[in-house]
Amino acid sequence: MQAHSNSRNVIVMEHDNIRRWHDMGGQPAGQIDLDQHNFALWEKRVDALMVLTSGKGYFTVDGLRRVLEDMGEDTFETMSYYERWVQSVNQNLLEAGAYSLEELSTKMAEVTARGETYGDCAAGGE
Amino acid sequence: MSTLRAPVKVRVKDWFPPGHVRTPFFLRGKVGVIERELGPFHNPEELAYRQKGAPRKLLRVRFEMSEIWGEDAETPTDTLDAEIYEHWLEPADAT
Amino acid sequence: MPHDHHDHDHLSPSGHPYQPDQDHTLTRWQAMEIAMRELLVEKEILTAAEITQTVEAMDRRSPADGAQVVARAWSDPEFKARLLADGSTTIGEMGFEAGAMKLIVVENTATTHNVVVCTLCSCYPRNLLGLPPDWYKQRAYRSRVVKTPRKVLSEFGLDLPDDVQVRVHDSTADMRYLVLPVRPAGTDDLDATALAELVNRDSMIGVAQATAPE
Repeated sequence: MQAHSNSRNVIVMEHDNIRRWHDMGGQPAGQIDLDQHNFALWEKRVDALMVLTSGKGYFTVDGLRRVLEDMGEDTFETMSYYERWVQSVNQNLLEAGAYSLEELSTKMAEVTARGETYGDCAAGGE
Repeated sequence: MSTLRAPVKVRVKDWFPPGHVRTPFFLRGKVGVIERELGPFHNPEELAYRQKGAPRKLLRVRFEMSEIWGEDAETPTDTLDAEIYEHWLEPADAT
Repeated sequence: MPHDHHDHDHLSPSGHPYQPDQDHTLTRWQAMEIAMRELLVEKEILTAAEITQTVEAMDRRSPADGAQVVARAWSDPEFKARLLADGSTTIGEMGFEAGAMKLIVVENTATTHNVVVCTLCSCYPRNLLGLPPDWYKQRAYRSRVVKTPRKVLSEFGLDLPDDVQVRVHDSTADMRYLVLPVRPAGTDDLDATALAELVNRDSMIGVAQATAPE
């Protein structure tokens, strides 16, 4: 992790406002971490929502990437891959008018009230 | 991909737009040769912002590591290929 | 390092146990996923069946698919020639969908070694290899392999001689890349099924060689 903070200092000094954070080819970085996590069902569902809604023309993979990039480097460092994806897919679907923020808020409150776990809360929709 | 013709040299433009682009920073201003021509594909710089995306040629450009990294190149004759849209490339024959 | 496990009752297609997310406290991001999914179904933008089928299709895809393509290319020179000339069309012959992805297959030889990265995000030939490994999406690999590929490959256990040229492929736009590894020596008698078992995921990304036969 020290290499990360080190590389970010380099970025700020040399390339502030020029190189965008996600464009990281050739930047100093640490050891490759070969640990593999298992994809959870909710993560695969986020992926499926991306594949299906982009396939139906609601947005493009470049729209997905644009929001991920604009979310910034801190989200890359602190959130998991699909935690970032779910936000970007949502942002793109809101922009496309697939649903409104009010509808999303209402639904999230309803989902959260169903129980404690993902299993409890996901059960209502099927 | 023809080996009969002289390789076409191109330079990646030194642009630094503050938005979604698919041209890596480390290749800006670098000279390579066209490895093959692809596309056209819709311009991702427009797709990203909900525009239709005008069709653009996509070129696979091959760069030598010495061109990209100079003295820091690990092995100067190793290469890097990247896909670059036509509007990011300019002729580099004169150099 | 990540391994290619064989099928096992309690393992996911990635070869690892399923994460017991059903039993953990709901996170905000999971609540978003559930809410988005239900809204899209209610509005008839998607059906629940489509979503289930897409997840199932994701679970079915694995490096074993790419391994079949490589094994056939090793055994069938005409197929290999077509594969190198037009990857997307040629994998269709084997029933693999290229989808929106356009595939370029790059061939390793005695004098050339190819390795694939996406420095800008995490582009990966998912239709042939399944979802990418975590390291492929992380900063260290994306940053370093374009500048010091030999050092990175040595960290994966692959030390290349100086007379082998390294070609790094940065998946910057619409193409996806599959490395065709070198066919291991001593495999002349193996059929395509046996050959496919020698083709590990990392060899098709280019951070390893195909496995030598036992």
